Amino acid sequence: MKVLVPVKRVIDYNVKIRVKPDGSGVETQNVKMSMNPFDEISIEEAVRMKEKGVAEEVIAVSMGPQQCQETLRTALAMGADRGIHVKTDDVLEPLAVAKMLKAIAEKEQPQMIIVGKQAIDDDCNQTGQMTAALLGWSQATFASVIELGEGTAKVTREIDGGLETVDIKLPAVVTSDLRLNEPRYASLPNIMKAKKKPIEEMDPASLGVDTTPRVKTLKVSEPPKRQGGVKVESVQELVSKLVNEAKVI
Amino acid sequence: MTLDPETLSLLLDATRRLVDEKLIPAEAEADANGELPSDVVRAMREMGLFGLTVPESYGGLGLNRSEEVRFLFEFCRASPSFRSLLGTTVGVGGKSILLDGTEEQKAYWLPRIARGETIVSFCLTEPDSGSDAKALKTRARRDGDEWVIDGTKRFISNAPLAGLFVVMARTGERVTAFLVPAETPGIEVAKPWRKMGQRAAHVADVAFEDCRVPADAVLGGEAGIGRGFNAAMKALDDGRLHIAAVAVGLGRRLIEEMLEYARTRRQFGEPIASFQLIQAMLADSEAELAAARALVETTAAKRDAGEPVTRDAASAKYFATEAVWRIADRAVQLHGGYGYMSDTPVERLFRDARLLRLFEGTSQIMQLVIAREMLREA
Repeated sequence: MKVLVPVKRVIDYNVKIRVKPDGSGVETQNVKMSMNPFDEISIEEAVRMKEKGVAEEVIAVSMGPQQCQETLRTALAMGADRGIHVKTDDVLEPLAVAKMLKAIAEKEQPQMIIVGKQAIDDDCNQTGQMTAALLGWSQATFASVIELGEGTAKVTREIDGGLETVDIKLPAVVTSDLRLNEPRYASLPNIMKAKKKPIEEMDPASLGVDTTPRVKTLKVSEPPKRQGGVKVESVQELVSKLVNEAKVI
Repeated sequence: MTLDPETLSLLLDATRRLVDEKLIPAEAEADANGELPSDVVRAMREMGLFGLTVPESYGGLGLNRSEEVRFLFEFCRASPSFRSLLGTTVGVGGKSILLDGTEEQKAYWLPRIARGETIVSFCLTEPDSGSDAKALKTRARRDGDEWVIDGTKRFISNAPLAGLFVVMARTGERVTAFLVPAETPGIEVAKPWRKMGQRAAHVADVAFEDCRVPADAVLGGEAGIGRGFNAAMKALDDGRLHIAAVAVGLGRRLIEEMLEYARTRRQFGEPIASFQLIQAMLADSEAELAAARALVETTAAKRDAGEPVTRDAASAKYFATEAVWRIADRAVQLHGGYGYMSDTPVERLFRDARLLRLFEGTSQIMQLVIAREMLREA
């Protein structure tokens, strides 16, 4: 079977995010960008399926500007077989991404799409669910274990208060959670080999998707600076402050 | 071969991640135990680090010098003990096979080296010949189809792990390089030396006694007889550039440690970074490191362009290793009493840095090489 994995280029998780002075967004100029960590987990899972012989091909997809090709190269270096780059400088919202994924899925016919549960830049947590809905496929979100059966998959989901195991029919959309696996380092020889793997370019129009944003960002601002705390003399004083000032108990 | 910027940046990112996530956290333990943790060595092997400078046709990455130094700038932010494991294989040992080996020798050894299966040790130094390398006493005599090697080599890096020794031995007046597999009878590797720094890297003496190798063990085949010293000297230019790049990587790490401490350590009610004398130490270190880095990059680019770099490689090695020593001293100074304590990384890095001014030619030898080349060209 084929596995499709979307990978998003986001600000590296080590970078301290700064808001642009005009409040229109966050600073991305001269900022280190990397693959969304949940997408790395998705690629790792797909590559492991291939190594076990249950998947034949792993296709990585990235949508966005030219530099997304670097993110695709990382996926190829980790073991994906080929890349698809939907090239656009537009701002992409989850619905537009889901529509494009649907169009690509209809063309490629994968049995599974593994989507990171959320991207660490906008934290939307929507793309996987929307893609499943648009395709009319089964979905299992926040996966910490995926076991493949005959035309089915058993997925352990991380939910509030515990783990839930669901059986789903393939084709399906699964979103990966943090504990699904520990992604590998791309080795240097594999980074070199990734140069030779194909990346197909397309644009939103060729997929028949209108990417016009439906949400307007009014303002982006830094969270308020943390205020210094106070020391209390006794437990009594603490309780009294919690009751009378903070009004939390 | 030159990599596209995208691939190089992926390589450097992957290296940086390995250094930050695996190597730096393992440093203190490696120093205390005098051993590189096996899982770290495995990770280095899986990353393909042993094939850095081996051409792609022999299973390596085929980095040119400019790319190699960029890699070292990143990789050597971790203790030079880690670099040492690769050093003689990627560096002077492997290079000599690449530069002077016959096609058969390259085809046999280079893929093994690239996979990290064979660690190479370069055996030039002897008890009575260090800087005066030409005075080496180890001899090889011909006996039918074989060569018989007798002599003792000193301070041989990675000797306890080596699968192959590149041995410089006197054949009559001149010196010949031999490729001697470690399992050859007549080789004894002594107990590793105890050292000031780079304690997880192993250095030992190696004795060759009635050690017999076939005629085709001569580096470069028949044509290589008596040409070992040329081979060694050619590999040494690259080796010196390599060490200069190591110094730049270590210097970067020391500056990172200084910055972190200066911003968080508070005295007189403020971070010590706000004091101008602390700032002076930071600024001097940064300026010297920038100069060292520029010199290394320029020399690497010249080397890639096929220009002779003996003088420049010696200048880079001399300047960069002396600069990193000053930076290491400032790093300890900036940490105050904590800088003297073994639980602080700069104490260990200070000890590690000291070696750089000694091996691959001391600073004094570098001065002589630079002046000799200047006078020759004048």
